[in-house]
Amino acid sequence: MIGKVIGEIFMIIGGIFMFLASLGLLRMPDVYNRMQTSTKAVTLGAMSSILGVGIIHPAWLPKCLLIIIFILFTNPVSAHAIGRAAYRTGVKLWPGSKCDKYGEYLKEEENA
Amino acid sequence: MKGISKWLYTAIVFLIVWVALTGTLRWDELVTGIAVSIILAIFTAHIFTTEGIKNLSPKRVVCGIIYFFPYLIWQMIKANLDVAYRVIHPKRPINPGIVKVKTKMRSNLAKTIVANSITLTPGTFTLDVKGDEMFIHWIDVKTDDVEEASKMIPGVFEKCLMKFMD
Repeated sequence: MIGKVIGEIFMIIGGIFMFLASLGLLRMPDVYNRMQTSTKAVTLGAMSSILGVGIIHPAWLPKCLLIIIFILFTNPVSAHAIGRAAYRTGVKLWPGSKCDKYGEYLKEEENA
Repeated sequence: MKGISKWLYTAIVFLIVWVALTGTLRWDELVTGIAVSIILAIFTAHIFTTEGIKNLSPKRVVCGIIYFFPYLIWQMIKANLDVAYRVIHPKRPINPGIVKVKTKMRSNLAKTIVANSITLTPGTFTLDVKGDEMFIHWIDVKTDDVEEASKMIPGVFEKCLMKFMD
């Protein structure tokens, strides 16, 4: 009974973070800021809801922990790959951005 | 020697995954698991790992679980509250840019862990890694100087990781 309540709390927290991630997708101005909100909030949101399922059904807990570890390893890598591919195919930064060291570096590399 | 170490490490990791997925410790399940992980490890060890059994040394495992993992989770929770604040705030307080930082880590595994941790922590997101330079998209740029940014972004994780990696 108490396990069920704790698990449901974890699932609700996960759902809230997922909702914030989708709201971030709508509100942020460019690809990179959208990646920021979506990667972080989705990783923690997914981990939290899966942990909630594991707590409600203790028999599934090892599998749930395994899924959490896989998400923790693969989510940042895919975010990095998408961000890098976006930059290399010429997606512009938001005009209000402060600095762009990566662009400077790529230009230097081209000239060298 | 290096080959055997890699193969053993791969087989152990596969066996742990097998036990977690089957969820039992019955002997017939275990025997099948050991056989399958040994056969798979023969074919995949060379792409699975570069450091071999060293990764499972007690120091790395214990420090990783007790010291680094809780710290990472705490940073992730902070990151999410930070993101929530920026998304909900009506004025959308962002100040983004791409900065360059230098990492002190030498091995590829340690660099990967640092880059992934940066992606999961408040306001930063790794775009590219070249040698010991990392390009990081920062949602709230405080400085574009390489030295200072290196202290602020990967510095905290490096202090944590230096103690048991490298």
